[in-house]
Amino acid sequence: MKAKIHITLKQGILDPQGKAIEHALGSLGFKNAGNVRVGKYMEVDVNETDKAKADAAVKAMCEKLLANTIVEEYRYELG
Amino acid sequence: MKIGVVVFPGSNCDHDCEHIFKDVLGQSVEMIWHKESSLAGLDAIVLPGGFSYGDYLRTGAIARFSPVMGLVKEFAKGGGMVLGICNGFQILLEAGLLPGAMLRNKSLHFICKDVSVKVENAATAFTGACQPGQVLKIPIAHADGNYYTDPVTLAAMQANAQIVLRYCTPEGKSTPEANPNGSLDNIAGIINAAGNVLGMMPHPERCAETILGNDDGKLIFLSMLESLKKDKKPLKMVAG
Repeated sequence: MKAKIHITLKQGILDPQGKAIEHALGSLGFKNAGNVRVGKYMEVDVNETDKAKADAAVKAMCEKLLANTIVEEYRYELG
Repeated sequence: MKIGVVVFPGSNCDHDCEHIFKDVLGQSVEMIWHKESSLAGLDAIVLPGGFSYGDYLRTGAIARFSPVMGLVKEFAKGGGMVLGICNGFQILLEAGLLPGAMLRNKSLHFICKDVSVKVENAATAFTGACQPGQVLKIPIAHADGNYYTDPVTLAAMQANAQIVLRYCTPEGKSTPEANPNGSLDNIAGIINAAGNVLGMMPHPERCAETILGNDDGKLIFLSMLESLKKDKKPLKMVAG
């Protein structure tokens, strides 16, 4: 099973990279672009056939290493 | 005293720390490879600056799982003195030995320059040789020094005087202009509630000799040695 994991800074925490990109978009004329958030995307092959087991494993990976839950939030799809 | 300096793959201030403790302050120093399985006989541990594991994922995120970090945690739990400088501070945060997390500098730049920091608490084991409110000039060199923690933890740290160093003007005022990286409450260095683990972003090992034109950083190391001498009690050691 493949996990597709997205990690971003929590809402409310300043994302300086997002802000810089937002300004760049604005200066390029994309006046409709706002609230840009930059994050990380990871793919992990999970050697499980049972979806519940895979889900528990990916959640544990995110909590323990992949995201720092003090400042980041994560979501993932399994397929 | 015997000081242990931990060496992770990518540490680059480890020998500067060794030099200060050994050559400037005349102490014995042991370099501790991150796969080490014993910290026996050490009086204090330094996690030096650098780019452990290339800063991959997040600064300090992978180093915190190095075998030696389990021992460092035990050492700290038993009251052992642990100093984390720059990347060492980031590792202490990731390891949960200090509260909070580091974000990218507000300016997005890697900043390498002298800054002024105010000693907000001169009654710690790491600042005892400083005057209360003394302003130290110490260089910073980091891209991720923008300290963050939740409001409840921040209030608790403020109440316990755990914010030991704050970025300030040369006159000692903690203003937004004196904050180089966007750090919450101008935080440059914090200590744990028990008072034996300190993390700081500025590099005292880079300014601890008069020949370098600035020895303000020496006060941090002198404080540690004074405190160790005063408080020479057997620490709970973990033998591998």
